[in-house]
Amino acid sequence: MRDLDAVRSEADAELREASTGEIRQETMIINMGPQHPSTHGVLRLLLELDGETVVSCEPIIGYLHTGIEKNTEYRTWVQGIAFVTRADYLAPFFNELGYCLGVERLLGIEAPQRAQILRVLFCELNRISSHLVWLATGGLELGAVSVMLYGFREREVILDIFEAATGLRMNHAYIRMGGVIMDLPEEGPAKIRHLLEQMPGRIDEFETLLDDNPIWRERNVGVGLLNAENALALGVTGPMLRAAGLPVDLRKDEPYCGYETYDFDVPVRTEGDAYARYRVRLEEMRESLKIVEQALERWERTPGPVMVEDPKVAWPAKLSVGPDGIGNDPEYLRHIMEESMESLIHHFKMVTQGVRVPAGEVYQAVESPRGELGFYIVSDGGYRPHRVKIRDPSFVNLQATPSMVEGGLVADAIAAIASIDPVMGGVDR
Amino acid sequence: MTPAEIADRVRARLPDLVVARGEVTAIVDRDELLDSLTWLRDHPALQLGFLSSLTATDGPGSDPRFWVVYELRSVALRHRLRVKVGLSDEDPHVASVTSLHPTADWYEREVFDFFGIGFEGHPDLKRILLPDDWEGFPLRKDEELGGVDTRFHGAFHPPVDTRTMA
Amino acid sequence: MPVERIEGVHLGRTPEEVEEEVERGVLLTKLDRAVGWARKQSMWPATFGLACCAIEMMSAGAGKYDLSRWGMELFRASPRQADLMIVAGRVSQKMAPVLRRIYDQMVEPKWVISMGVCASAGGMFTNYAIVQGVDTIVPVDVYVPGCPPKPEMLMFGILKLQEKVRTTGSVR
Repeated sequence: MRDLDAVRSEADAELREASTGEIRQETMIINMGPQHPSTHGVLRLLLELDGETVVSCEPIIGYLHTGIEKNTEYRTWVQGIAFVTRADYLAPFFNELGYCLGVERLLGIEAPQRAQILRVLFCELNRISSHLVWLATGGLELGAVSVMLYGFREREVILDIFEAATGLRMNHAYIRMGGVIMDLPEEGPAKIRHLLEQMPGRIDEFETLLDDNPIWRERNVGVGLLNAENALALGVTGPMLRAAGLPVDLRKDEPYCGYETYDFDVPVRTEGDAYARYRVRLEEMRESLKIVEQALERWERTPGPVMVEDPKVAWPAKLSVGPDGIGNDPEYLRHIMEESMESLIHHFKMVTQGVRVPAGEVYQAVESPRGELGFYIVSDGGYRPHRVKIRDPSFVNLQATPSMVEGGLVADAIAAIASIDPVMGGVDR
Repeated sequence: MTPAEIADRVRARLPDLVVARGEVTAIVDRDELLDSLTWLRDHPALQLGFLSSLTATDGPGSDPRFWVVYELRSVALRHRLRVKVGLSDEDPHVASVTSLHPTADWYEREVFDFFGIGFEGHPDLKRILLPDDWEGFPLRKDEELGGVDTRFHGAFHPPVDTRTMA
Repeated sequence: MPVERIEGVHLGRTPEEVEEEVERGVLLTKLDRAVGWARKQSMWPATFGLACCAIEMMSAGAGKYDLSRWGMELFRASPRQADLMIVAGRVSQKMAPVLRRIYDQMVEPKWVISMGVCASAGGMFTNYAIVQGVDTIVPVDVYVPGCPPKPEMLMFGILKLQEKVRTTGSVR
């Protein structure tokens, strides 16, 4: 056993500068993630800390890189929908919508009215469910565990509607080139109406719980500041930009699917901090409910097909809800198997070989819950895409992390990233 | 402004234009890229100061082989323009636009990561989505899709029939 | 650390060992069953949600499909405190060493559920970027297919794992 005093003086000497005798100060480099309960997904942050203050922050991404863009080059155009829908997995309808609208522009077709209405309906429901996951996980990361349970409870109601209409709770592949694959089932409107009655009260509950909550305010007000000019320079769009004061929303600026005919507002705040983003997203949920109500009412008085009539584009199957879920309509099966050889051949070719898209390039952008979701699609005239690039809003918004986080505390870094609402599937693709 | 009006404004400065499907595409030489983008941003009738997307495509048979594609958007005037730069196989590099659009930082890293195109003047050009020691540029057409081996270092594949035993 | 056999340890049993076991067996069977029951009742999963399956896993832990009915609502962030790793989502090449490291940091006894087709076999992503099945990296006890599996499917997988834990003799 060494003498305790000797140990103490040795340790002391190590801590002090040789020349001045002052205690040495060093910054500490800490790695947060990629497996971490509070970084929103598999995000890794390389933080240089001086005590609790963040000196520099470098986000390192790529832990969920899936090779979606390369994979779409080896599959048909319709199979590309199934890939693309899993990029930003919390907003699958938006991925599908952007991709299909882009391919429809290359094909030179337009989906029928009823399909456009259904697209708007489901996209706005998806916006609400995506914001609910943001609220739930954001609350969980800041320590509010009951917000997590409430958020997922509301989301279950919406996922129930998705499952009734598309067969899946997530990653639906519902929106196709030329329309959507299935109309709303019989119980669909009733479920949506029930949601429309219930949801405003539930959003009120969230507001009562969090709006004036001193802890929520302390952790969010003044945290993660990003002003409009820096936001534009960094390419940030979506609720982050709207919370910084600019009313930029693609549904109003470059409308698609008939958004210009719906009556809704774009909530804007000026503070540019995490609390402002929280308020913007909550208001957006209310606006989305308004759009869903209008869309449902329009759907009820607009008859017609939900898929374009062109046989070279339309998905050949007729799907219906059977005893074991959604599958091919037995009438249609009887037709192609027993009655018409041409239909069988046509079905076979359309499903295996797919659509042939004329050569060209388009950029189609939609307003996803996180910002501008763009698709740059290049076709070389064949049955497979030449290049599909997904411009994901989370990828760009995450670039703003260093400017929002540096200079603040580590705990504020968590709140700031939660307010960005990144979905790592979209960031890494 | 409509695409035709945009094309009229731009044609004098950037003559190589394509107008199709409601979009205007300007093809620019590699050396004129930064000047063109600055002009497009500062022109009072265009105000194309927001870079929506930066990507690249690879067409091994065609000349130029690589196209680097810049999607510009005017937030105030609500219109868009696409700028394309063609790069050959021999020296695929182009000037970085991070000085003009700070958002291009991660985009250019991604294009470098996937295609191997160099960006001169980029503050920190390194891989972003793939592991740092990855070899090859997967989105080039001459690279295969893959999907058989696990490529992280230290991987050992046990025989299939013993995989569920600790 | 790759999945390997350790030198000198064999799984087969010699006749002497079998006899010894029969002698000890009567006492330890009841203890085994008690330990197995206790282990399955309160498994703590480690948070390893990666992609879409992670959201369904969170839904399984939330109010409607309550995992706390089986003592599993407590998702531990630290792998040292967890005994179950649910690999929920697609594992990319960059994430694979991290996955192995987390698995190594978990303390015995530990189990792995591979949730979703991406974790079980690479899923629809047969490409350069995704590990074609996490059983190439960690030993898996239960595979739950689905893209993503509904929370009820995950619960079925968990119950199957609990059966396995309860009936595996582990005190020896």
